[in-house]
Amino acid sequence: MRALITLAARSAWARRFTLALTIIAVALSTLLLLATERLRHDIRSSFSQALSGTDLIVGARGSPTQILLHTVFHLGPPTQTVTLKTIEAIADLPQVAWVVPIALGDTFRGFPVIATDERFLRHVRVGDRQPLTLAQGREHGRHAEAVMGAQVASQLGLAAGARIALSHGSGPLADGAHDDQPFTVTGVLAPSGSPVDRAVLISLESMHALHAGWVAGVRPSRGAPTSADPSTRPATVSAALVGLRARSAVFSVQRRLQAERDEPLTAVLPGVTLDELWRALGLGETALRLMGALVALASLAGLVSVILAGLDSRRRELAILRSVGASPRTLVLLLLVEGALACLAGIALGVAGGALLTLTAAPALQANFGITLGTDFLRAGEWLLLAAVLATGILASLLPALRAWQLSLADGLSPRS
Amino acid sequence: MSFPSKPPPASEHGPAIVEVRDLVFRYRGQARSALTLGALRVGAGERLFVHGPSGGGKSTLMSLLAGVLIAQSGQVLMLGTDWRTLGSSARDSRRGDHVGYLFQQFNLLSWLPVLENVCLPCQFSSRRAQRAASRSGSVERDASSWLAALDLAPSLWHQPAGTLSVGEQQRVAAARALIGVPELLLADEPTSALDTDRRDDFMARLLPACQEAGSALVFVSHDRSLESHFERSLALGALAGSPGAPTPDAGNGTRSAAPGRGT
Repeated sequence: MRALITLAARSAWARRFTLALTIIAVALSTLLLLATERLRHDIRSSFSQALSGTDLIVGARGSPTQILLHTVFHLGPPTQTVTLKTIEAIADLPQVAWVVPIALGDTFRGFPVIATDERFLRHVRVGDRQPLTLAQGREHGRHAEAVMGAQVASQLGLAAGARIALSHGSGPLADGAHDDQPFTVTGVLAPSGSPVDRAVLISLESMHALHAGWVAGVRPSRGAPTSADPSTRPATVSAALVGLRARSAVFSVQRRLQAERDEPLTAVLPGVTLDELWRALGLGETALRLMGALVALASLAGLVSVILAGLDSRRRELAILRSVGASPRTLVLLLLVEGALACLAGIALGVAGGALLTLTAAPALQANFGITLGTDFLRAGEWLLLAAVLATGILASLLPALRAWQLSLADGLSPRS
Repeated sequence: MSFPSKPPPASEHGPAIVEVRDLVFRYRGQARSALTLGALRVGAGERLFVHGPSGGGKSTLMSLLAGVLIAQSGQVLMLGTDWRTLGSSARDSRRGDHVGYLFQQFNLLSWLPVLENVCLPCQFSSRRAQRAASRSGSVERDASSWLAALDLAPSLWHQPAGTLSVGEQQRVAAARALIGVPELLLADEPTSALDTDRRDDFMARLLPACQEAGSALVFVSHDRSLESHFERSLALGALAGSPGAPTPDAGNGTRSAAPGRGT
């Protein structure tokens, strides 16, 4: 048996170029499969981990999906406002650990502006409960200071110290409306893979100051005195993120808030609503899965054809081995073992390539698309995928092996030219 | 069960290595038989020359003698056992133990060094490995001795077989067929790819080596000029199997006794 393996190894070495093609074909299949699966998985987790550690999002009475889209992803029309007083009252509930009020509506060159206070950076978690950290500079102060998300800074080429002018509202007509009150960038956040990467943080006070004198969204005439006291907070905000002392209290707090008499509120469970949203967007995921399957099919078909093409050139070798006493069974075993080994080598190569690609491409993906690639290689689902590649590879080499069986019997003992 | 039309005569060569009785073979899907043979007996160490035109069933006979093909009727006995009574893996191992094989061309694994090509049969047959080892001390030494007997320069022994000339490759193939001294050596047109000088040279090495091994030799060729090297010959006709065609009987064990000869 050992002699046979040695023989197989030497035969493989003699055919190293053809065999290398096979291995590369498997490696590419593996790489493509892993890449599509990882993208699918990570797009999903980027989505579902846009916010973590927040138990409730409280906004004015309205659609949970709209509240979530607006407060977390800064998408869709603004929701009704909630009075800051009500929000601060929530913080006094015994079950509540923290409350982060946020006011939205302004933009900076297309990027949403989140007006909040120091509690935002302290409590908000993203991804796998990671805190938001500053990559440079310091947190913004109360007056005319801003902290930028990583993507805002990198896309606009701005750094701490830059002076920026915010706009009121969003869209193409939103430019320059607040250019009378420029902000100083005091810090830039580290990339987090969450929508915060694309946001600018300012204080509630400076948001209030920006809009002082505005009536129903219309700016006062230029030069009119801005009478606002720069330390005043706005009376209303868009929503609040709420963290509880114990997650188990989430439903009772939700009920309690929704039953609030003074002001009609909606308390959203972000995880549940995110899941609902993802399900609505599930078509894209299905498409990605389907594409992955097609990629797998195409590459495995390529694998089979490479192996089959190689077989024809080995017909003579098989007949010679048969004439010196190897049984067809031995030859089939030989081909199977070779196929399995080639597959394993290809899979290893594909995984290594995938790891390398993940490491090198992750920063670019993060910066350009906001997709965070996990660096944990070979998760459970991926092992399954690799097993599938190996199984198909072995099945694929079974086909030539069976063909070899037929050939070696039909050729008898005389090799054909 | 079929019985021989006439009992095979005893041979001066002792017990039969391979024996054919009332053989009719037809390829699947073909109405006409590819080969019919009344009786044939090859004794130990005997040399039989088989000739005939292309399509006359020469290669078919080789495959039948080696138990690769099984006839529809009649018997092919290898050392007294009918190939038909054995399962396919038993046939494979029996063939590996007792039969050496030599083709016209493409005999060797071109990427494998010469010496290892010669040792190949011993990797698949422990019987031949044992016999080679007991003859020369080790399989490898035995391989060397056969290469030397076939006059292949030692400088070539460790080169990949593919780098040798056709004539040299044929000698390597002969050494490989003889290692572990199988009872039967089947040679299928082994000289057809060689020019006259190389052919004569090859025959001059092969026959003594075969004698030294004590192997019976069944040698198929269309080249009648080689016939003189053999004790007996058997002619297979292109029309074998058709009504009235000769069914050669070369079983009489004497030189030039084949009835088909001279067609």
